[in-house]
Amino acid sequence: MSGLFTEAFLTSLVLGALTAGLPLMLAGLGEQISEKAGVLNIGIEGMMLFGAYLGFLVAYTTGSVWLGFLGGGLGGVLVAAPMALFCIRMGLSQIVIGIALTLGAEGLTALLHHFQFAQSYPRLPAVPTLAIPGLSAIPVIGPALFDRPPIVYLAVLAVAVTAYVFRSTQFGLSLQAAGDKPAALDAAGVDVARVRTCAVLTTGFLAGIGGAFMSQVGAGIFVPFMTNGAGFIGIVLAMQARGRPLWVLCGALLFGACLSATTALQVAGVSIPTDVIQMLPFAAVLMVLVLFGRRASLPPALGLHYVRGAR
Amino acid sequence: MTQTLSPSEPLADTRPVVSLDHVTKRFPGVVANDRVSFDLWPGEVHVLLGENGAGKSTLVGMLSGLQLPDEGGVLVEGREVRIASPARALELGIGTVFQHSMLVPSLSVVDNMALGGSWWSRPDRDGVARKMAAVCADIGVTIDPHAKVGSLSLGEQQQVEIVRALMRGSRVLILDEATAMLTPKGADDLGALMGRLVKLGIAVVFITHKLNEALAFGHRITVLRLGRKVGEIAPERLAALGPAAATAEIVRLMFGTGATAAEAVATTVRTRPSGAPVLEIEGLAVDDPSVPVAGIDLSVAPGEIVGLAGIDGNGQKQFAEALAGQRRLAAGRILLGGEAIERLDVGGRRQRGLRYVTDDRLGEGTVGSFPISLNLLLKQVGEAPFWRRGIEQPEAIADHARRLVGEFDVRTPGIETAIGKLSGGNIQKALLARELSGPARAVIFAKPTYGLDVQNIRATRQRIREAADRGLAVILISTDLEEVLELSDRVAVMSRGHIVGVVDNDAGARNRVGELMSGVTA
Repeated sequence: MSGLFTEAFLTSLVLGALTAGLPLMLAGLGEQISEKAGVLNIGIEGMMLFGAYLGFLVAYTTGSVWLGFLGGGLGGVLVAAPMALFCIRMGLSQIVIGIALTLGAEGLTALLHHFQFAQSYPRLPAVPTLAIPGLSAIPVIGPALFDRPPIVYLAVLAVAVTAYVFRSTQFGLSLQAAGDKPAALDAAGVDVARVRTCAVLTTGFLAGIGGAFMSQVGAGIFVPFMTNGAGFIGIVLAMQARGRPLWVLCGALLFGACLSATTALQVAGVSIPTDVIQMLPFAAVLMVLVLFGRRASLPPALGLHYVRGAR
Repeated sequence: MTQTLSPSEPLADTRPVVSLDHVTKRFPGVVANDRVSFDLWPGEVHVLLGENGAGKSTLVGMLSGLQLPDEGGVLVEGREVRIASPARALELGIGTVFQHSMLVPSLSVVDNMALGGSWWSRPDRDGVARKMAAVCADIGVTIDPHAKVGSLSLGEQQQVEIVRALMRGSRVLILDEATAMLTPKGADDLGALMGRLVKLGIAVVFITHKLNEALAFGHRITVLRLGRKVGEIAPERLAALGPAAATAEIVRLMFGTGATAAEAVATTVRTRPSGAPVLEIEGLAVDDPSVPVAGIDLSVAPGEIVGLAGIDGNGQKQFAEALAGQRRLAAGRILLGGEAIERLDVGGRRQRGLRYVTDDRLGEGTVGSFPISLNLLLKQVGEAPFWRRGIEQPEAIADHARRLVGEFDVRTPGIETAIGKLSGGNIQKALLARELSGPARAVIFAKPTYGLDVQNIRATRQRIREAADRGLAVILISTDLEEVLELSDRVAVMSRGHIVGVVDNDAGARNRVGELMSGVTA
C-alpha cells in the first residue's frame, strides 16, 4: 500500500477531484440559485449538456477558450429560457418540463454531433493554465490547485460572489422570499416571475459553463451524453447544501474525488475492476443521501407556480 | 369635489381618504360584490362585518391591489385610481395586513422590511432597524428587529406587518380577519393598538365576523351580506345606540331579522349532570417534539360537557388524537365505562363508543373526492351490513346515507356528490352525522366551529348540546373562549401540554379561565 501514496498519485487525485468536481460545483451552485427562488430545475442536466456541446463548438471554430466558455454559458441559457417560459410564465409542471428539456438536449446534441464531428472526432488543444506565483510551488497541491486554467479560479470566485449575493444584497433577499413565501415578495412590490426567471437563466449560464468545462478542459472533446448525470448530482449537492454556496463547493470536491479515483487508482496501478471504481461516485451519492437526506431542507414554495391572489 | 385643499387645512378631513364607488366584482357564477360603496375616514376604525362569503375578502382585495373591480371606481383623496398590484396600493398609501402572514419566515424582521429595494443594493439593515424603532415607539410596540420572523408569535408577526405598512407611509391600514388566529389577550392588544393608530390620523379597516370585536374596536361599522352592503352605522349613531341596541341592529342587518338577536346573546341554562364518569383519563402523556403532553387527569360524566380552553397549539390536538387512538400514548390510562381502552386502535375505540370530530375536516376527516355516502362510513369500511365478505352493499350504504343526510340537514345535491364540493358548514354536518350517530358514549370535538359562518356555528353548537342531553360525555376543545363558556359545564385550561386548572362554569369562570390561559395563576 505504501506505493499507493506517491506524489504522482496524490497530485492526480487532487487534480482529478478539481477537474471532475468543478462542473458539479457549477451545476450545484446554479441549482441552488434556482431552488432558493422556488424552482426545481431538473432541466439542469440538459443545460449542462448543451453547454458542453456549444462550448466545444465555439472553442473549436474560433480557437478561443474564453469564447468557448461564453458559448457554453449561452448554451445553458438557451435551454433555461424555455424552462423560464413554460414553468414560470405559463405555470407548467417544473418536473415534466425539466425532464423534457434534458431529454431534448440529449437528443439534439447527439444528432448535431453525429453530423458535425462523428467522422473526424476533433480534439481541442490543452487549455493554457495560469500558475499562481508562490502557491503553485507547493508540492502535490501546488500543481493540482494553483496551476489551473483561469476559469477554475473564476468558478471558485463565483461561490464567494453567490454567497455574498445571498447574504448581503436585495436580490439575495428576493431569491429567498421567492422560494419561501412568494406572496410576500409580490406584496413587497417585486415581480416574482422576474426574480425566478433571473434565477433560472443564471442557473442555465452556470450549468452551461460547467458543461463547457467538461468538454473543453476535462475531455478536450465532445461526445454525446458526456455529462453523464453530473447535473443530477448537482441537484443532490444543492439540496444537501441547504442554501449555503460553500457547502456546494465542499460537496462537489468530495464527489469529484470519487469520480477521479478511477484515473488515480489506475495511475497507482491498483487492480480493482474498472466497473467497481466507476460506481464510486454514485455510491457516494447514495451514501450522502442515506446519511444526510433527512436533514436536506427545501424551500416551502419549491416547485409551485405562483399565482397572485391564490392561497 | 374640491381637489385644491392642502392637507394641512382642517377641511381635508371632510372627505374620505379612500372611497370605493359602487364597485362590482364578479367571479364565475357569483357576484362577490354588488355595487358596494365604502368610505374610509382618517382617524377612524372602520369595521367591515359579514359572514363567510359575504364579500369582505373581495372588497379588501380590490383595495389592496389583488383584484380589479369589474365596475365602479376606486378613489384616493378624491382622485380616481386603478390599483392593479399590491405595489401600486402601497404607493397610494394603502397597506394591508392579510389574514395569512405576508412575511417571509426564513428572513429576519429587518430583512423582511428591506425586501423590495433596488436589486443590486445592499439592504440597509441598520437604517431599517432605526426607522423601525421610531415607528414602534410611536405606536407603542416592541419588536426585536433581528429576530427571525418564523420564531415570532402570530400576534408579533402582525405587529411587524403593521409597523412595516406604517414605515412605507401607509395612511390606510387594512387588517383582514386579523384577530382570527389570535388569543383573546392578543385580540385586545390589537384593539388597543388600533386605537393608538387612529389617534395618529390613520384610517383603519378592520375586517371581522365577530360582532363583539366590531363593537369593541370600531368607530364605524359597515355590514356586508351576500355581496351587498346592507347597512352602515356612522360613529355618532354607534355612540348614541349603546352596545345592546347596536348589537341588535347589526344582527338584524347581518341576518335580515331582529329575532335572532335574543338567541345570539342568550346563554342556555343547563342542569348540572351527575353520576359516575363514563370517560376517565388518568395520567395521560404523549411524546411530541413541539408540545409534549403529560399528566392529564380528566373525567367526564354522562351528559356533561367539559370545555378544554387554551391558546391554539398548547397540546390540545395531541391530547385529542391520543384519546382517539391516532397517536401513541407515552403513559397513562383511558377508561371508557370502566374499561381500559388505551391499548385499542382507532376502530376498537370507536366500536366501544368513543367518537372524535376532527378539526381537520378536509385532511383527515373526509376524502374530498369520495361521495358523501362513503364518507359517512369512512370509519366503518368493511363492516356489516354495508359490506359483506368484502363486497359493497350499495342499498345499505345509500339508505344509511339518506337517513343521516336528512337527520343532520346536510345540504347536498345528492348522496353521491363528492363531499369536497360541499361548503365547510355542510362538510361539518356530515362529519357530525358520522360521529354522533350509532351507539356513541363519549365524543371529543376539536375546534368544531372553526372557520364556519354564524348560522353553521349555531347549528353545530346545538348538536353539541343535544349530544350531551342524550347522555354522552363530551369534551369540547376550542380556542374560542366564548364558545367554551357558552357550552361547557366545566372548563379545563390547557397550557404547554398540561391541564393547568379545571373550573366550574359559573359567573366568575371567565376571569379565572382568562387568568389560567395567560399563566397568571399557573
